[in-house]
Formats: sequence, structure tokens, C-alpha cells
Amino acid sequence: MPADSAIIRIRDVEKRYVLGGEADVLALRGVNLDVEAGSYLAIMGPSGSGKSTMLNILGCLDRPTAGRYFLGGEDVSRMPDDQLSEARGLKIGFIFQSYNLIAQLTVLENIQVPLLYQGKDVRTHLESCLELAKLVGLGDRLHHRPSQLSGGQQQRVAVARSLVNNPLMILADEPTGNLDSKTGQEVLDLIDRLNEAGKTIVLVTHDDRVASRADRVIHMKDGLIDREVVNRPMRARPAVSSS
Amino acid sequence: MLTFQFVSTVRLGIKSLMLHKLRSALTMLGIIFGVCSVIAMLAIGEGASYEAQEAIKNLGSNNILLRSLKPPDQARQQAGGSPRGMQLAYGLTYEDGARIQSTIPGVNRVLPMRIIRENVRFDRNEIPCQVIGTLPSYMAVTGAGIVRGRFLAHLDEQHAENVCVITTGLARRLFPHLDPMQHAVKIDTFYYRIIGILQERSQPEQRTQAGAMEGQPLDNNVYIPLSVSRTRFGETLIRRSAGSFEAEEVQLHQITVQMQNLASVETADPQIRTLLGRFHDQNDYEIIVPLQLLRQAEQTKRIFNIVLGSIAAISLLVGGIGIMNIMLATVTERTREIGIRRALGAKRRDITTQFLVETVVLSVGGGLVGVLVGVLTPLVVSQLTTMKTIVTVWSVLLAFGISGAVGIVFGLYPASAAAKLDPIEALRHE
Ligand SMILES: Nc1ncnc2c1ncn2[C@@H]1O[C@H](COP(=O)(O)OP(=O)(O)OP(=O)(O)O)[C@@H](O)[C@H]1O
Ligand SMILES: [Mg+2]
Repeated sequence: MPADSAIIRIRDVEKRYVLGGEADVLALRGVNLDVEAGSYLAIMGPSGSGKSTMLNILGCLDRPTAGRYFLGGEDVSRMPDDQLSEARGLKIGFIFQSYNLIAQLTVLENIQVPLLYQGKDVRTHLESCLELAKLVGLGDRLHHRPSQLSGGQQQRVAVARSLVNNPLMILADEPTGNLDSKTGQEVLDLIDRLNEAGKTIVLVTHDDRVASRADRVIHMKDGLIDREVVNRPMRARPAVSSS
Repeated sequence: MLTFQFVSTVRLGIKSLMLHKLRSALTMLGIIFGVCSVIAMLAIGEGASYEAQEAIKNLGSNNILLRSLKPPDQARQQAGGSPRGMQLAYGLTYEDGARIQSTIPGVNRVLPMRIIRENVRFDRNEIPCQVIGTLPSYMAVTGAGIVRGRFLAHLDEQHAENVCVITTGLARRLFPHLDPMQHAVKIDTFYYRIIGILQERSQPEQRTQAGAMEGQPLDNNVYIPLSVSRTRFGETLIRRSAGSFEAEEVQLHQITVQMQNLASVETADPQIRTLLGRFHDQNDYEIIVPLQLLRQAEQTKRIFNIVLGSIAAISLLVGGIGIMNIMLATVTERTREIGIRRALGAKRRDITTQFLVETVVLSVGGGLVGVLVGVLTPLVVSQLTTMKTIVTVWSVLLAFGISGAVGIVFGLYPASAAAKLDPIEALRHE
């Protein structure tokens, strides 16, 4: 495995929540992890094992209290807030369990939000936004508000939104947690297609069937990676030219 | 690029505010009242002081006015039942005028005036007037304007001609259908030929007896030569009232001293006081310095403006606090949205801008409406009352500027509170 193909490289990462004295919580206790570009990683583990904490650090929403995190070769573990924001906006797409769309904006406007913060003109990117909406099957719902959509449709808007800045990777924290199994399947199929198109995916789940879609599954326990299962070698996947 | 972003931020702000129309409108109301009160109050203050200053300017800022006063202690004596036929001698004298002319440096002209209340008659019209005996220099000292004919001349004075000049208002009332020129009006028992008509304005001598002439129009003035006034009316005036009569001896009712310039007004004021004090053993005259009145009026206006400004500032402050209160509630309410935006790449600065723009849209929007209402209010006030109002450009700019500043000042804290939120905490917020 060539070293520079690792898009995520984590070294001895610790996360301590300071609550004062004995009450401190050590949510991550020195985790090491490499994730290759284009791979599909699932994170599993019991509640409170540190999965969300880990994903927040991977998504540059949070900084480790110790250890190093290299994202695309760049050390982001000590970055100032503004640069972290930029890294989030440019390199990472988020899909949340509770969709997290902005209620007062339409489908199209929600998809456009990440463009705004990169100083991009939404008019010049209108074509690609429409295409993304079509990709997630919402080409005819552009001017609806989130409250007028089903859960599955909302999550598909979130998928489209995560892609608009063409990020390096997509992070999803229990994306199907609020969906029934059928709509969940549809969203997961969508994520599969993104991975096939070359996007790196990191996904947190409690569901074995969801995890089985990933190349690789890591199981966390008490803030450490307990064991790791490789479903299939990443390279065995049919190569798809990314568009 | 940057302007596009700004425009879309403003549009987003308006959109968020429109989600809660009533709330936004109520919040704006505070600013609307504040801005409106700043403009309206300053307009009313400006109008009032303009009128006062105009009136004072009409007295002539280069002039010093001396007026005869009935001394207070004797007035009291009379009220207590005076002996019949008692004669009072008081007031300014011809000598006073001559002394001032010869001893006070910087004096340009000294204008004496006798002011007597008499009925003026023509045909069947009879109108109570002020008959003013004065000199031709009246025109130069007061800057009054002649509408028709001419004013009194030196020859009229020398020969004690029975001629008069009347004001336009009196001309209209006395001669509703006739051309007054060259007609003779009857005052007391003598006839006076009208040789000119004078433009009326708030003349200094009209104010002298404003109290006494209560209910009468103040522009019923008849000007006759001083020499005529002296010989026809004499120095002693007899007034009959309810069984008793009183006689007053007054030489001059008013002396207007015209100085060469403003600086000499300042030096002459105390000199005249000293001079008159030496020759009058009773307090039978007053000295009015229009320049000082003008300064006082300006001072008063300044204080007035400060008071009005503070009241208006307080109302803007209250409006600002209202805005801040609502924005803090909005930030709490939209914590989740803030978290989402941060996760999607928004920097702290972007969040600050977003909320600051919303506050400024609120306050500037309120400011615009306030300016509109504030400009209309004085118009309505001067329509409904006789009060004069002046809306100045600077008061509009000031009020509008303050409303913008209020938005920024009171928006800064809520906006920075929003920006300081931790993205993860914010995302978890229900
Ligand atoms: N802000 C916080 N302050 C204190 N402790 C925290 C905080 N966030 C997380 N923790 C603690 O860190 C540990 C890991 O939490 P985390 O949310 O990563 O668990 P998880 O694996 O995602 O669990 P779940 O499957 O229930 O979502 C937990 O013990 C939790 O109580
Ligand atoms: Mg979790």
C-alpha cells in the first residue's frame, strides 16, 4: 500500500472531554488508522465507544486533544478554526442521521449552501446543482422545502449537498438510522454509486447489513479500534472512471 | 464576486426576517419611533428657534433699544387708589438721546420715537392705532421697506407738516375700496395727509405695547413727524378711566441706538447703562440688546437640541435593546442551523456577518420607515398648528446614521455569540 494513497492518516489520536478532575471522559485513547483514497470504510461498535467522536475528528468538526491527523497529506490536528472550516467545506461532505437541512431554504438552495462559503457564484454552478438534484432523484422537487419532503427524500438532498464542492470524502454518521429499511437501502445504493465513482466513504452504523457494503469494517470499543474486518480488497472492485 | 455574496447575504437576511413578519415588524417599531422622534423633534425645535431668531434679527443686531417703562413703585401706588389728577413724569428724554449721540463712541444714529395710542379715522372707519412720531432716519435704522410713495422727510419734520405714512395692513382696513394715497386721515382732531405706505413686519415698536394693544392687530401703525407729534399731542397724555383720570408725562417712548458694528454694540451696552443710570433716579426705562437676545436664543437652542437629542437617543437605545433581545432569541432558536452551516464550511466570520446583516437590515429598514414618518410628522404638525417646523438634511442623516449604528452596535454581541458556538454542540442542539 503506497503511503501517499492514504487520504486519512491518524496517529495516536486521543480525545479527552474535560469535565473537571475524575469526571474527564477519554472518548478516544490513542487510535491509529489509515484510509486509502477511494475506499469504503464502515465504523461499528457499541454505543459510547467513540464512533461519533472519531467521525467528528475525521470531519474536522473537532480537534484531537493528542496525536496527529493528516487529511490528504496535510496535518489538520493543530489547524486554526478558519482553516478547519475551509477544509470542511472543500474536502469533506457530511451526511447526518437527522438530515440537517436548513428549514427555510428550498431543496435547490440547500444544495447550494456549501458553494456560498467557498465564495463560489451559485449562478455559474447552477447546472451542476441541477445535475446533482437529478442524480438523487429530486429533479422535480427543486423548490420544495424540507418539511414538504419524506425522510428518505431529505436524506437524498443531504447526499446531493455533500457532493456540491466535489469533496475528497463523504462522512456519514448513521445515515439510515431514521429511515425504514427500504428507503435506507435507496440512500445506501446512492452512496455505493458514489464510492464506485471514486469517492472515499466513511460510514458509522449499528447495522451489519449496512456495514457489509463496505470494503473494510472497523469495530470500536472503549475509544480504541478493537478489531478490523476486510470484506474484500479494494482493488478487486471494478474500476470506474470518475466523472 | 464579493458584491454578489453580499447581496445574497442581505437577501438571506431579509428572507429569515420574513419568516417572522410580526416579530420583525415589532422589533423595527422601536427604531421607527426613535428615528421619527429624532427628526420630528429637531424639526420642531429648529422651527421654533428660527422664528425667535427672525424676530430678534428684525430688531436689528446692530441696534440697542431703550424703552420707557412706567416705574413699578408708582404703578403700585396708583393701584392703591391715587389722588385724582395726579401726574406722572417718567421715561426717556430728548436729552438722553442727545447725550448718547455725543458721548458714546461708535454710535451711528440715534432714533427717537413717541408712541401714542389713538384712533385713526377715515370716512366711517375708525381703527385704534399706534401713532408713532419719529424721524426720517427711521428707515435707515430699522431697514423697513416702503411700498408706495415715500417716508417722512426732513422738510416734513422742519415744517411740522401734517403728513403720515401708514402700514399696508392699516391701509387695507382703513381704505377697503379706495386708493389711500393723498387722502387725509383724522387723528384726534387733526387731519394728516397720507404720503406713503410702509411694508409691515414685526416692527420693534409694535412689541412695545403688545400687551396694551391686546386683541388688536399689531400692524396698525401711523408714522408722523416727531415735531408734529410733540406739538399736536404735547408731552402730557391724559387717560380717563372709570371716574378718575391719570396724566402721564413722557417725552420719548423709545430710543433706538444704531451702532456702527457688532463690536461697538458690546462696548456701548455698559456705557449706555452707566450714562442713563446717572440721569434717571428711578427705574423708568429698559435696555434691550438684540445681539444678546440672539446669543441667548442660540444658547437656548443648543440646550433644547441637547435635551431633544437625549430623549431621542434614549428611544433609539431602547429600540436597539429590543433588537438585541430578539436577535439573541433568534440565535438560540437557530443554533442548529448555525451548526449545519459551520459543518458545511462556514467560517466564524460568515456566521457573524449573517446575523449582523440581519440586525442591520432590521434597524436600517426601521430607519428608512422612521425617516419617512419623521419627515411627514412635522408637516402634519405645522398643518394642524401654527407651529413652524424645519426638517434639516443633517437631522435626517443623523437619525438614519444612528439607526445603522444601533444595528451594528446591538447586533455585534448576538452575532459574535452565534459565531462562537461550537459546531458539534450546535449540531446536537434540538
Ligand atoms: N461533549 C461531550 N462531553 C463529554 N463527554 C462526551 C461528549 N461527547 C461525547 N462524550 C462521551 O464520549 C464517549 C463517546 O461518545 P460518542 O458519541 O463518540 O459515542 P458513539 O460511539 O457515537 O455512541 P452512539 O452509538 O450511541 O452514537 C461517550 O462516553 C460520551 O459520553
Ligand atoms: Mg454516535
